[in-house]
Amino acid sequence: MKQTYRDIDKDGKGQVSLMPEESEDLWHAYNLIAIGDCVTASTIRKVQQESATGSSTSSRVRTTLTIQVEAIDFDTQACALRLKGRNTVENQYVKMGAYHTLDLEQNRKFTLFKVHWDSVAIERVDSACDPTQHADLAAVVMQDGLAFICLVTSAMTLVRNKVEVQIPRKRKGNAQQHEKGLHRFYDTVIQGILRHVNFEVVKCVLIASPGFVKDQFYEYMMQQAMKSDNKVLLDNRGKFLLVHSSSGFKHALKEVLMDPVVTMKLADTKAAGEVKSLEAFYVMLKTEPSRAFYGLKHVQKANEAQAIETLMVSDSLFRAQEVGKRKIYVDLVDSVRDNGGDVKIFSSLHVSGEQLDQLTGVAAILRFPMPDLEEEEISDED
Amino acid sequence: MSRHRSVRGLNYDEEYDDYYCDAYGHSVEDSANFCASPGFEQQYMFDRSKSTAMGDYIVGTNPDEEDDDDDDSDGKDKAMSRRRLDSVHVEFPSNLSPTSEARLKECLEVLRDISGESIPEPFLLNAAIEANYDSNIALQILHDKPRNTEGPSIDIVREGSDASLDDLKAKLETICREDKSARPKVLDKLAPSTSRTASSSKSGSSCSTPRMIISPSPSLSKPSPRESHKAKLDPVAEYEKERKSSQKQCLNMVVIGHVDAGKSTLMGHLLFKMGQVNQKTMHKYEQESKKVGKQSFAFAWVLDETGEERTRGITMDVGLSKFETKTKSVTLLDAPGHKDFIPNMITGASQADVALLVVDATRGEFETGFESGGQTREHALLARSLGVLQMGVVVNKLDNEGWSKQRFEEISHKISAFLTKHVGLRDADVVYIPCSGLTGENLISPPTNDALKSWYSGPCLVDVIEKFRPPERPVSKPLRLSVTDVFKGVSSLVNVSGKVECGFVQAGERLLIMPQAEQCILKAVACENASSGMTAFAGDQVVASLAGIEAQNVSLGSVLCEPQCPVPVATRFVARLVVFGIEIPITRGFPVIFHQNSMSEQAMVVKLIASVHRSTGEILKNKPRCLLKNSSALVVLEVARPICIELYKDVKELGRFTLRCSGATIAAGMITEIL
Ligand SMILES: Nc1nc2c(ncn2[C@@H]2O[C@H](COP(=O)(O)OP(=O)(O)O)[C@@H](O)[C@H]2O)c(=O)[nH]1
Ligand SMILES: [Mg+2]
Repeated sequence: MKQTYRDIDKDGKGQVSLMPEESEDLWHAYNLIAIGDCVTASTIRKVQQESATGSSTSSRVRTTLTIQVEAIDFDTQACALRLKGRNTVENQYVKMGAYHTLDLEQNRKFTLFKVHWDSVAIERVDSACDPTQHADLAAVVMQDGLAFICLVTSAMTLVRNKVEVQIPRKRKGNAQQHEKGLHRFYDTVIQGILRHVNFEVVKCVLIASPGFVKDQFYEYMMQQAMKSDNKVLLDNRGKFLLVHSSSGFKHALKEVLMDPVVTMKLADTKAAGEVKSLEAFYVMLKTEPSRAFYGLKHVQKANEAQAIETLMVSDSLFRAQEVGKRKIYVDLVDSVRDNGGDVKIFSSLHVSGEQLDQLTGVAAILRFPMPDLEEEEISDED
Repeated sequence: MSRHRSVRGLNYDEEYDDYYCDAYGHSVEDSANFCASPGFEQQYMFDRSKSTAMGDYIVGTNPDEEDDDDDDSDGKDKAMSRRRLDSVHVEFPSNLSPTSEARLKECLEVLRDISGESIPEPFLLNAAIEANYDSNIALQILHDKPRNTEGPSIDIVREGSDASLDDLKAKLETICREDKSARPKVLDKLAPSTSRTASSSKSGSSCSTPRMIISPSPSLSKPSPRESHKAKLDPVAEYEKERKSSQKQCLNMVVIGHVDAGKSTLMGHLLFKMGQVNQKTMHKYEQESKKVGKQSFAFAWVLDETGEERTRGITMDVGLSKFETKTKSVTLLDAPGHKDFIPNMITGASQADVALLVVDATRGEFETGFESGGQTREHALLARSLGVLQMGVVVNKLDNEGWSKQRFEEISHKISAFLTKHVGLRDADVVYIPCSGLTGENLISPPTNDALKSWYSGPCLVDVIEKFRPPERPVSKPLRLSVTDVFKGVSSLVNVSGKVECGFVQAGERLLIMPQAEQCILKAVACENASSGMTAFAGDQVVASLAGIEAQNVSLGSVLCEPQCPVPVATRFVARLVVFGIEIPITRGFPVIFHQNSMSEQAMVVKLIASVHRSTGEILKNKPRCLLKNSSALVVLEVARPICIELYKDVKELGRFTLRCSGATIAAGMITEIL
């Protein structure tokens, strides 16, 4: 994301102009824009024109509109962001108050106006515009008959393709069907890789599996590439990295990202950092349960005691439909920071963010134990 | 009354299965109180001995009793005609005169024409004999007699048994309309328009399985003794006739243990000695393994059949084989020992009745396998939690230790302490055998080696296998055949292999595949361990040939059942977890992999309802924040897509599961409620 203009006054009121450069930036935009904000962008509008004779024709014109957002829609797979709202700046085609739907697109600038830019929003803009945070990575987690082809960017893990092929088991006196099935499975995964991995952007392709699946697969893929003289695969040979995972399910990505081989090759990715923090939380929960809490109620209590050392919050909580709800979490973040605590905002699109989401979305590691808090029942928030 | 005795013996097995069910996975600390309170157990465990079924089972084999019944059965002719039929012997009578035989064949022809494939052959045969070869009377009998094993109410559903899927949908719809709670389980799949997850999240009562609504099965509800008597007789009698009289007892045995303990070698050698592998093949394996420098793996090649397994010298998937002893027909499942292949080991162990735990006696090797990172413990725990109650511990490679008695005893003691204290096996159900899979010592005959002979006079491996007691087979429950493999046959039929978990099945039957909700016709069933090709019973490993479906409509984890008794399908359920020695506590939102038989699926612990006492089941804390190692709890689980499950108390085999995460088994569980 590129920031082209920023004007925010001391009360937090103001506007920022942004240029999404890749699909991930639309995810950032989705997390930034809240209901009630105003967005200016270029768009296409169908207009009715009445000719002198009285017959009417409709045509499409490109125009710049500003709407006050009433509904936000994000398609994760396509990375398409759609905003719906009323026009707030009248122009020659569109009346004041008329409804319009804006599709934000890559490489098309938009301006976001907020009455109050809170710390979390500003931080999001900054991190989205930080070019050092980009480490595009593809990962194939697989086991016999099952593979997930994922794209891991700093803010998202997207499953591009799920491959499922039934492989007959080995049978007495007939290992052939098994081998045939295996090859069919490998072929499908290769197809998936070719279709979904853009080798020009991706710096590294992780192939992870239990046992020897990864080795067997890689060997097979390179053989096939040789046979068919597949330049893409042959030229990018060096980008493949084989790692161990305990299964072929998507969640095994967590183990993969923590693998020393991977962390050595890729400077700390955001995804790996989140896995590590969550891991630390669970370890604390085991060794010193009175220093690890989750759920808004418990975490707020801990914060009141200025006890929070590390706060983990899922970004999904800041997308709350009600402004008040977002404010609760923004205040929590600010307060923890004021008290010298560390705040980690997890992307709900990464595997560990998904898990944190299910764990009420908020968790904290404390500086000192609060055994009394343990006794209090957790409420059924969320 | 030898039969009585054997029946009792079986019942005894079942009973202590229930009794000890809670005992596995205990930590040393709480081993003192590992027997479960009867009250709690009763709530969750199905115990046949508590119903009247067992009495009926025995009574049902008494011919006098049958006659009595016939005499006063006028009012219930429908049910009775069924019963009379079932008591007729199905075999083509050998004493038939040529004319009778011709008439019988003619009659059968007519019946086949009319019934199509909807009625299995043995039933036609039965009816024909019953009707004295008059096809009209036979038809009447067939029409009156629903061949199902359930109560009489089944007639309504069974009528026109060759119903299309649409009819089935409609029927299920009508049935389920009477009870809303049944709707989401079966119908959602059948009516794709309704959102399954959304609608199934709110229902779930005691009456949640469609089976119960269609016809309360005798084993699940509390019918009057007479009713259950009739309903039970059929499959049990069939089973008795087919299996108990002529054939050897079937036994499914899994071989488990740490990688390189010598499991495949031991079994390969055993199979060779039992004459299951001919000299020529064995010679070929010896030559070929020598060529690739893996000579010591020649015997393992009997079971490790894929190229990958042979070149790496490591078992990856379960190897299936069979052999016969004096009294038993054994299906052998050679499990992979490597950590990464535990999902396959789970597949093998969930099909097994008993297990052989193989350990490497070599100094250092035993210790590695037995440490917390080794698979010896994990395998034993898994096997126990998957229903294995008897175990033979093979202290293997004792040749490496000069057949030392001291080493044998040292290892036996260590394992014994672990098995009884942590795993929850009874000492009496575990046997220790010194062996060498490589030299073949003490496999099928008493030791010949002097060093071993000098101190060992116990049984050899085959004797131990001989002494295993097969568990009682739940033949009278509704059919559940779980699929472990799908492959192509010679014809256009789809072949699946799997295990009949309960009930029985006959060639010619129309079956329902869940959760796909596809119908098919069973063209043939071949049992791995019994010679009969027509019928398969609970406990059998079978290959079933299916017509009328595509291979992609069956998958690992599919369950074949009777259309009128579909297996429940769900994504959310309540389960009681027994947590193993985990490194990281389990919280809500915890992602896990759910393993049930051969199926694995992404799942999540969505809610921790309460932590409970491991033995008594007493609630210790509501809504705990997390579950620590060796604890026990009630949780809500959600799997990523609909799967076939049963309550543990109804069908154990489909009601238990294991949870894994990051390559470790973190818990075993029993399903207590379907949501
Ligand atoms: N000395 C000795 N070696 C054995 C014995 N049984 C197996 N082995 C060796 O142990 C290795 C592993 O055997 P294998 O059957 O593949 O082990 P698995 O992984 O448990 O199936 C092979 O090299 C065997 O030759 C035995 O009884 N004595
Ligand atoms: Mg092996």
